[in-house]
Amino acid sequence: MAHFVLQKEKIMTNALSKMLAERDWILADGATGTNLFNMGLSSGDAPEMWNVEKPENILKLYQSAVDAGSDLFLTNSFGGNAARLKLHGAEKRARELSRVAAELGREVADAAPRDIVVAGSVGPTGEIMAPMGNLTHELAVEIFHEQAEGLKEGGADVLWVETISAPEEYIAAAEAFALADMPWCGTMSFDTAGRTMMGITSAQMVDMVEKIKNPPIGFGANCGVGASDLLRTILGFVAQGTERPIIAKGNAGIPKYVHGHIHYDGTPELMGEYACLARDCGATIIGGCCGTMPEHLVAMRAALETHEKGDRPSLEKIAETLGGFSSASDGTDGNAPAQRKTRRRTRG
Amino acid sequence: MSDEDEIILDELNDEELTLQMHDDLYDGMKDEIEEGVHILLKRGWEPYRVLTEALVAGMTIVGHDFRDGILFVPEVLLAANAMKGGMFILKPLLVASGAPRMGKMVIGTVKGDIHDIGKNLVGMMMEGAGFEVVDLGINNSVDEYLDALKKEDADILGMSALLTTTMPYMKVVIDTMAEKGIRDDFIILVGGAPLNEEFGKAIGADAYCRDAAVAVETAKDFMLRKHNQLAAG
Repeated sequence: MAHFVLQKEKIMTNALSKMLAERDWILADGATGTNLFNMGLSSGDAPEMWNVEKPENILKLYQSAVDAGSDLFLTNSFGGNAARLKLHGAEKRARELSRVAAELGREVADAAPRDIVVAGSVGPTGEIMAPMGNLTHELAVEIFHEQAEGLKEGGADVLWVETISAPEEYIAAAEAFALADMPWCGTMSFDTAGRTMMGITSAQMVDMVEKIKNPPIGFGANCGVGASDLLRTILGFVAQGTERPIIAKGNAGIPKYVHGHIHYDGTPELMGEYACLARDCGATIIGGCCGTMPEHLVAMRAALETHEKGDRPSLEKIAETLGGFSSASDGTDGNAPAQRKTRRRTRG
Repeated sequence: MSDEDEIILDELNDEELTLQMHDDLYDGMKDEIEEGVHILLKRGWEPYRVLTEALVAGMTIVGHDFRDGILFVPEVLLAANAMKGGMFILKPLLVASGAPRMGKMVIGTVKGDIHDIGKNLVGMMMEGAGFEVVDLGINNSVDEYLDALKKEDADILGMSALLTTTMPYMKVVIDTMAEKGIRDDFIILVGGAPLNEEFGKAIGADAYCRDAAVAVETAKDFMLRKHNQLAAG
């Protein structure tokens, strides 16, 4: 019993759970990469190096999210694991760069006039997990654990793994976060016919999440191929009857190349509509991903504040408001095209 | 498993065996593919015929189902691995028998991007279609691409990016090629999850390929045009 009370105490003492208990919805942040490009980051360079080389820009990035109305922002540590930093010869600096990312976040959050949650971003390793690929479960846990400790030292309130495709990688991250004794959230990217690159449906993700020993505070979807697809995924989560808070972080439209810059074609108005629809679908933590700039966040906050939560929208209503879906089925409606019947399998 | 033993490849006639090999590629069964290749060769098939009718035709089905959201990366990796097993046997024989050359591709993921799953799939499917593929791996700078194109006397440059933060680097590579006056010496194909056709056009690539199957079709198409141009010129 004492142990239970202690656990419960711990759960309620993290800043995100407290905020979720008090609020019906939380506005997360927008893009990191797109915003840093606008400050002069060169394509191909590691954004995480700016934590130590140009901390003023990272502070500005965080501050812009807070000023635009975000209740929660992710740290500049998406590629801050050893597997990713190896590309830049900085694999030994994973813990340090992650720690500094969180320290800068803490600085901005603590100076803000309202409660702000600092979420320590953890991106995928980029490797394929064994047995198909070379990355073993043990090594993946080690890589994620190192980054988790850095983010914890830097003062992150929660850890936040995102853009994951493989369930094995999500589970490895969860195990690493348990080792670091940190509360966490985790989203996957559903970018291939409504599923992750590895073929995971929204329903399968719910199933996986509920089986994890240290389940996330919230789970959901980020990035992918546009706001409509992302909301279809959210509806897929809700259909499983989950009670766990759902995260929606969709891109601001589709990327276009304009005057030497990547520009996403979603307008602030459209992202405002997306935010309300995401809440209607059942998401409680709502934000943007690639292409979501401060002006989008301002519009999203205003829309969420001025509109009442509505009924759960139909797929038709989503398509009507935000545009069509990238595929006819997302694999959860029984209408997905079936795999070829091969003779060996038919017999087996 | 016991049911699988009922299919004895050597007892199938050529047509049945070819169809079974298409199935086995689809199911990613490497040992069975290797066995099938050996049987067809033993029956006197030209290596090039084994390649096209058994392997390439089978991988085309895999490619189409990948394109259509029926198969996903894990299944395609298994299939490509089985294909690789067959190719390993055929490659020296194809070289020795002077089988037709489709073209040569230098492929790599751009600087800063570690993701190479899509690029590997394209490389394997291109090899499966008979192209020579030089894989530069991940994290390639402009110089690495240009050096390889020159050294390998390649026809095609394939670039892949999976991150918003790295995709503009493709333009850096193409712009550098244009500055050096070598842009039009190569067919440039680009791909990766965040890209689209409009992006491919805007950065000056010849084509954006949304998946490995499309990359193969596009490469074939451009090589044909190149040959026609040479013939006309």
